[in-house]
Amino acid sequence: MSTIPQNKSDKGFFSSLANHPNTDEFTRGLWRDNPVFVQVLGMCPSLAVSNSAINALAMGLATAFVLLMSNILVSLLKDFIPKQVRIASYILIIATFVTIIDYVIQAVSIDLHKNLGAFISLIVVNCLILSRAEAFASKNNVSKSILDGLGMGLGFTFALLCIGSLREIFGSGSLFGYEFMPSNFEKWVIMVLPAGGFFSLAFLLLIFNYFKLKKEGL
Amino acid sequence: MHKITLDISTSPHLVKGLSTDTIMKHVVYALLPAAAFGVYAFGLNALLVMMATSVGAVLTEHLLCKYSKKESTIGDYSALLTGLLLGMTLPPNFPLWMALFGSVVSIGLGKFIFGGLGNNVFNPALVGRAFLQATFPVAITTWYNAFAPDRFYNVSSSVLAFPFMQPKVDAISGATPLSALKFDGVMTTANDLAFGFINGSTGETSALFIVIGGIYLGWKKMLNWRIPISILLTAFLLSGIMYLIDPTKYPTPFFTLFAGGLMLGAVFMATDMVGSPITSMGLWVYGILIGTLVVIIRLWGGLPEGVMYAILLGNAATPHIDNLIKQRVYGTSKKIAS
Repeated sequence: MSTIPQNKSDKGFFSSLANHPNTDEFTRGLWRDNPVFVQVLGMCPSLAVSNSAINALAMGLATAFVLLMSNILVSLLKDFIPKQVRIASYILIIATFVTIIDYVIQAVSIDLHKNLGAFISLIVVNCLILSRAEAFASKNNVSKSILDGLGMGLGFTFALLCIGSLREIFGSGSLFGYEFMPSNFEKWVIMVLPAGGFFSLAFLLLIFNYFKLKKEGL
Repeated sequence: MHKITLDISTSPHLVKGLSTDTIMKHVVYALLPAAAFGVYAFGLNALLVMMATSVGAVLTEHLLCKYSKKESTIGDYSALLTGLLLGMTLPPNFPLWMALFGSVVSIGLGKFIFGGLGNNVFNPALVGRAFLQATFPVAITTWYNAFAPDRFYNVSSSVLAFPFMQPKVDAISGATPLSALKFDGVMTTANDLAFGFINGSTGETSALFIVIGGIYLGWKKMLNWRIPISILLTAFLLSGIMYLIDPTKYPTPFFTLFAGGLMLGAVFMATDMVGSPITSMGLWVYGILIGTLVVIIRLWGGLPEGVMYAILLGNAATPHIDNLIKQRVYGTSKKIAS
């Protein structure tokens, strides 16, 4: 866009960053097109392993890593992948990075690996990653794909962290394992059960949609 | 919004049909004897819990209507009925903050989120109770002994537990007939069961007063008799068969009928007009389904009581029952193909 050089001269670094057209690729995933709260993608991990903040954070970061790497590789290889076998190729790329992150988590903490269980392998079929590869990375250059992958990945991590924190605070009276509630706090058992995942997600969606509608003046 | 009514009328005056609020009002009246017996048996604690759920339900309904810019629907007594029913299904010493929380869930998640009265899939009071059962499993299965001598002037400290804090157990907790049978193998006598000299939820102990309320509603044609009859008959027959097979292991059919919440559920909860099928044939299927589920959950399930889940599952099956069993269209000879 032609407006950038003019802005750069009279405004600071951050405002020129904010006006840069590529910044939008990054911030879009964080907030406006948040993968969980707006696109409602990747429901399986966001409901299943968000019963504590640490599980949710690990799951979010693992997904963000796979998303970023697959976006880069798909974007690099977009001219070499035949159209007919593109989905299979994307899955192969994604599976490679899921295998890497699987072993990394095992090396870092075996307990965490046990908690996340099969859901690490299931990142392969997370529709969020495939949808970014198909809808964005295969049509854009590498730098934009990196920004998109980072934005979407961090947005996903943020959303999971919200659900996980909510469930851990009410379900266990703690946050990241730190018990800050009084010792006689009555734990809401339902919040660590699968049903609590649905309730928390619905509650957060309610809040997000409320603010969205308010912003649009409805 | 205001309705324009024209009150001029000539001689063939039509009798006004039953409106929702008339029916709801009479169901509340029919519940009162059983509720009063609950207060007599469990004292001040039970009264406070029932008041908390009733006030909580009505307030929630009013506020939700207000904030969604609808006309307030608390005048139709349905919120009061939901609150009272929820209070009657809770233990008499249940903490008030949990009871209030349950009534908010009942109205908010059980009814309002589906679009208000008439659109709810499940019985709202049971949604609230199921939520409380999953959220606070310990508090909802702590029973105090009925007919404690100080029940009319002493409020249990567990009832007044500080919001979000664990209730303190300050008195000897007792077992309900069902949990005594399930976990200790102790049988309660039929006489105690029928007249309500037992522990349990506030409104479920007196089978006699529940039946009186049910007969009143049936006589007023505000309750379809097929639902309670089919549920009770199925439960009676199935548990009778099991009793005949092995009298040492399974309870008598009379025990199944009078213990726990089966009477209250069959008469006042399964008969919720919104959650039950339309056709007579459908009602029989619905009742038999609930009766069977109650016996299965009680005899072979992990929990001593299964009426709540049985009725919720029955509610969930209702749309399918209505789809499968259709009323013959008047004037046609065969059932119309859908």
